[in-house]
Amino acid sequence: MLHSLSPQETGGFSFENIRRNAVLESSLSENGFKAPNPRKTGTTIAGLVYKDGVILGADTRATDDMVVVDKNCMKIHYIAPTIYCCGAGVAADAEITTQIMASNVELHMLNTGRPPLVTMVTRQLKQMLFRYQGHVGSSLIVGGVDVTGPQLYSVYPHGSYDKLPFLTMGSGAAAAVSVFEDRFKPNMELEEAEHLVRDAIAAGIFCDLGSGSNVDLCVITEKGVEMKRGRRSDTKGGEGDYRYKRGTSAVLTKTITPLSLELVEESIQAMDQD
Amino acid sequence: MAATASMMQSFGPNLSAQNDLVPDWTRTEVSTGTTIMAVEYDGGVVIGADSRTTTGAYIANRVTDKLTPIHDRIFCCRSGSAADTQAIADVVAYQLGFHSIELDEPPLVETAAHLFKASCYRYREELTAGILVAGWDRRRGGQVYCVPIGGMLVRQPVSVGGSGSTYIYGFMDSNYKPSMSKEQCLELTATALTLAMERDGSSGGVVRLASISEDGVERRVILGNQLPKISTH
Repeated sequence: MLHSLSPQETGGFSFENIRRNAVLESSLSENGFKAPNPRKTGTTIAGLVYKDGVILGADTRATDDMVVVDKNCMKIHYIAPTIYCCGAGVAADAEITTQIMASNVELHMLNTGRPPLVTMVTRQLKQMLFRYQGHVGSSLIVGGVDVTGPQLYSVYPHGSYDKLPFLTMGSGAAAAVSVFEDRFKPNMELEEAEHLVRDAIAAGIFCDLGSGSNVDLCVITEKGVEMKRGRRSDTKGGEGDYRYKRGTSAVLTKTITPLSLELVEESIQAMDQD
Repeated sequence: MAATASMMQSFGPNLSAQNDLVPDWTRTEVSTGTTIMAVEYDGGVVIGADSRTTTGAYIANRVTDKLTPIHDRIFCCRSGSAADTQAIADVVAYQLGFHSIELDEPPLVETAAHLFKASCYRYREELTAGILVAGWDRRRGGQVYCVPIGGMLVRQPVSVGGSGSTYIYGFMDSNYKPSMSKEQCLELTATALTLAMERDGSSGGVVRLASISEDGVERRVILGNQLPKISTH
């Protein structure tokens, strides 16, 4: 198929193939096939402000329609030393957007000579997403501690933002926010707050098909950040033990064949040590 | 890739197959389906709004602040798309701030309203924004300007906007009288917003009020259980 380069190389999104894709999709579905979808993190992400800072939480499942493509993906992204961002929506968009923000924040820090503000990150994010009019499908929760204190913002794909003491987003947001609405209090202690975020993500994991696997937590205070990866959520007789005991399958015969190998050549390559 | 030249139906924006795991409201744009109101009185203005922001049927923020400061004595009430109105308000706040520094004077409400109109009219095809601009300046006192979807600009003594406004036109027409005091305006606004929130599914939460005058801005929140009681069912 020959495609001639369009004379206007204006950059940005190209919507040329919409018509072709629609025809392909209809002809594929006639034969019982489906066009591939962009991978979405059907997700539960949450954040809340507690006494000393901010806690962000996320599940770790990435899905492609009904198939789990990544059982332990990382949805809490680094933006600045005390600012992190949870991403939901299209996996690639969330990942790249946060990486762009991280490098912009670093440049901004060098330009101004000041540590970054959470509002600055939110403003840059929403201006970028608004510019792309919703085509960059990332829903983000930005949380962090700066000189003005702990803050939490949500940013939607079309570029709107909300500043709230607790937030949830993703397909499991409804399940998670119900836990927050029930038990959230301002100025909670660390343990109670961590428990609450963990339970909220657990609610998303159990009550939403698009969320699952483990709970990641990120505790941000003015002193620093503690990432708690893959923390199991409290289950009430949830997941069972799938290992089978020895002897479940009977061993009928056993044959051992030793492999004799001779050392031909040995070489050592040292790597640079920082 | 044998693309059969089958009947090509008109295709809308829904091209990719529906992903069952991700519910609809995660993809819908965030909207402040809203009730907003602004009233002039002698010496200032009273503005009010509900606090609900929705994505489809899910309430994304139940305590939204739709009364956005543009300058010290000028506010705007936002309705329509949350992203569009936030972006426009930021742009106008910047333009007005710059203009005010150039003049070395507090800006006029009329100037702010015209800046809103300029953005809303130029990009009328791309935007969904219904805005009430209200404030106080030394030249004309309290003023309310209405910039609905499409980018019209008109000054009115009292104006309502948003999806819930349709339910309170009758109430406004019969209960608004010229030359009301500030307290009467606050009461009128609170009652009107309560009535609209009662009937409109896209409006709700708390009632946020603000009064703007020469002395400054006074903000108030009326929580759900403190709203005026309406005698029905």
